[in-house]
Amino acid sequence: MIAVLKKELNSFFGSAIGILVITVFLVIMGLFLWVFQDTSILVYRYAGLDQLFEIAPLIFMFLIPALTMRAFSEEIQTGTIEWLSTKPLTDWNIVLGKYFACLILVILALLPTLLYLVTIYLLASPVGNVDMGAAIGSYMGLLLLSGGFVAIGLLSSTLSRNQIIAFILGSLLCFVFYYSFLYVSKLPVFFGGMDSFIEQLGMDSHYRSMSRGLIDSRDVLYFLSIITLFLVISHAVISRVKHRSI
Amino acid sequence: MSVELSSLHKEYGKQIAVNDLSFEIKSSEIVGFLGPNGAGKSTTMKMLSCFLPPTSGSATVCGYDIMSDPVEVRRHLGYLPEHNPLYKEMYVHEFLLMCASVHQLDRKKARVSEMIDMTGLVPEQNKRIGQLSKGYRQRVGLAQAMLHDPEVLILDEPTSGLDPNQLVEIRQLIKRIGEKKTVIFSSHIMQEVQALCDRVLIIHQGNLVADCQIEDLPSILREEEVYRVRLAPGTRASMLEQLPGIARLDHVSGGEYRCIFPKGTSSGSSIFTYCAEKGIILDQLYTESTTVEDLFQQLTTSS
Repeated sequence: MIAVLKKELNSFFGSAIGILVITVFLVIMGLFLWVFQDTSILVYRYAGLDQLFEIAPLIFMFLIPALTMRAFSEEIQTGTIEWLSTKPLTDWNIVLGKYFACLILVILALLPTLLYLVTIYLLASPVGNVDMGAAIGSYMGLLLLSGGFVAIGLLSSTLSRNQIIAFILGSLLCFVFYYSFLYVSKLPVFFGGMDSFIEQLGMDSHYRSMSRGLIDSRDVLYFLSIITLFLVISHAVISRVKHRSI
Repeated sequence: MSVELSSLHKEYGKQIAVNDLSFEIKSSEIVGFLGPNGAGKSTTMKMLSCFLPPTSGSATVCGYDIMSDPVEVRRHLGYLPEHNPLYKEMYVHEFLLMCASVHQLDRKKARVSEMIDMTGLVPEQNKRIGQLSKGYRQRVGLAQAMLHDPEVLILDEPTSGLDPNQLVEIRQLIKRIGEKKTVIFSSHIMQEVQALCDRVLIIHQGNLVADCQIEDLPSILREEEVYRVRLAPGTRASMLEQLPGIARLDHVSGGEYRCIFPKGTSSGSSIFTYCAEKGIILDQLYTESTTVEDLFQQLTTSS
């Protein structure tokens, strides 16, 4: 698994994809937090990173599928999947290696935003007057959310040998799992009955509950099950893909 | 037995690709795997390398079952796939190092430079794989297949796309490896098979139609002995028809004839003495030998 992980990370940084993803994320984040008037912390004058945690899922919804789209599609397209799967690796080694490589890249993109936290910590009046609990909870929530998005992106990459299709499918699935349950639960049909259950199916409600600084084992469990579910499906698909990729 | 197939069977939908194939390969044998396009060569190789699961039947490589122990099989097997898929954006050196870490080898760097030397990749070792010509890519493919010093090497058309010099080098390389390892390779070039292999397997439409040692080939095929004769200009051919024991005389072209005798009844020297006695002047006289090509055509065109 480590060998696959290293190979993936090497290819991220060997082909500028990794740098590009990190840069794009940080530039957009920086603009929203410090430059654009509607969302700037400097205009809002409130010492918190709420905007970051509001906007980051939206960016990840596109950026993460863009990162994961090549994971399997490219291997299937170029036939290197045959090379990879005739090495002494199990299918799980391959799936998990790729999963953690993408996740590490996302974490690398998130790490520099800790500087924002430090900045706000110092800018606050009095210094240090920041809700650290909420910040830590939000970071954990964002991490788990990215983990879910990466798993979704990876699955869509196993479904097509075309990277564009994998990307669009990945974004769509991320959107469905992040937002759509919330909106569906608001339909009048479900009012007063199924609505809270349906809302709980989506990532949004669990993410929000974590960003309040309350780390509830149910939320963590929710994300871990989503990640496991998508990885298990990816594994099943990739074992099948090999049978027809001749 | 280093490779053993017992009624290995593969179907794609209704189409049978490999039909109950059974054979055994001893260790340190070089086996040529022949067959027309679509005969099931690649499918068999893919199944042996645990890429495709068989529909039924089983096979073992170095004693490990391909279905129940695929990771062990892959550890003992080097495989060069047909189209030799490689990561084009990787550097040769980087790619081989990555292979070494996938195989969890010790002294990775030393082994990689050893392989680079062995496959003649030294001048190209700092290029990206995508920049290499086909011949060099093929060498990278061979290098990755042999990197972990596997006991069994499966090469699917290893010499396709090589120039004549490279062909000779790669063949020598395969021959050298074959002294200690089991090599199964498929090829379309018959002379190559004849030059390299100890044993030939010919499959046609998924069935094994021939399995013989290279040196047994002539006797397997021929029910008759054929001598080719070229007469000096101006010599009349009708004299040849009186050759003792001759079954048939075919005219090839110009002064060239094929004298066909029943098996074991004639020899070159008896023809020569006959001609000398009758005053027939010969330009050339040689036995027509059976090639793998003959066998191949005979077995795979009749159906």
